[in-house]
Amino acid sequence: MAKVFIYPSTSLILSDMVARYGHTPLSSAVAIREKIQTAGFESPPLQMTPEEPKKGLKWAAVEVPSGVRGRMALYGPMIENCEAAIIIDNADFAFGCMGCARTNELIKFLVRQKDIPRLDLNYPQNEEEGVKFVAAIKRFLNGLGGAK
Amino acid sequence: MTEYAPVLVGSVTKYVVVESFDVTPADLAVRAYEISKGAMIKETCFGLVINGKEDEVDRIIAELRKVDPDHIFIKDRGFPPGDPRRCRANLGGARPGYHGMEYEMRVIPYVSFGLEELKKRDENTVTPPENPLEHKILDIAKLKKMINAQES
Repeated sequence: MAKVFIYPSTSLILSDMVARYGHTPLSSAVAIREKIQTAGFESPPLQMTPEEPKKGLKWAAVEVPSGVRGRMALYGPMIENCEAAIIIDNADFAFGCMGCARTNELIKFLVRQKDIPRLDLNYPQNEEEGVKFVAAIKRFLNGLGGAK
Repeated sequence: MTEYAPVLVGSVTKYVVVESFDVTPADLAVRAYEISKGAMIKETCFGLVINGKEDEVDRIIAELRKVDPDHIFIKDRGFPPGDPRRCRANLGGARPGYHGMEYEMRVIPYVSFGLEELKKRDENTVTPPENPLEHKILDIAKLKKMINAQES
């Protein structure tokens, strides 16, 4: 069972597909759950404390905005632990109220720098593309081996 | 600074999203209540939110998937159901994260179609999708058209 990093890391489709074909999706929900189930000082809504931008220094320089570094404190460990990655390139909703464009660029850069199997895709826009999309993911995940 | 005491520690929460002509969230909720042994189940407009011990949630989800495997999608959630920091009842407007799900709900019918098709076809016979990282070569006719448009 391989740990597969998914981008967008909140993606319902990717999360489901990875789990459906027997691997573990690394999504932001799991990282957030860990945060909000750990006792400490109250820091709503996501329990992100001033410590997180410091942890983010491992992946982003000090002059990078603290928002990027704080987010990297969540995503960085997942990128380090992942054994494969699926990236959807035209996920426009990952920017705006959902997330930060610079963090997204850094995440994609770090994943592409890593020497792991990677699948780059676009969201399907019709049924034929849907078949190709699912087939590509299935081929990729079966190729990783060790599926549960 | 106030101390933070987390609730439902050690539990997992998962979304069950249904996009089907045959199954409604209410049908799934009834089925989930039938088989649940102590998990918290909340019915929503798009499906269910289930909270409980990991084994129990996984068992319920495995059963629910059988109802309509190609039209039921599952993902993890960080917060438990009805958490005041995320629930739209407390915040007003859509729950943060709903917009992403709303976008994907438009694409999900194509994914469901793909899952159905791959039951009849071998995935290795399907042509690979376009690689988004590949830069397309500019067609010479298109370039000529652009030059002409610029001149006029």
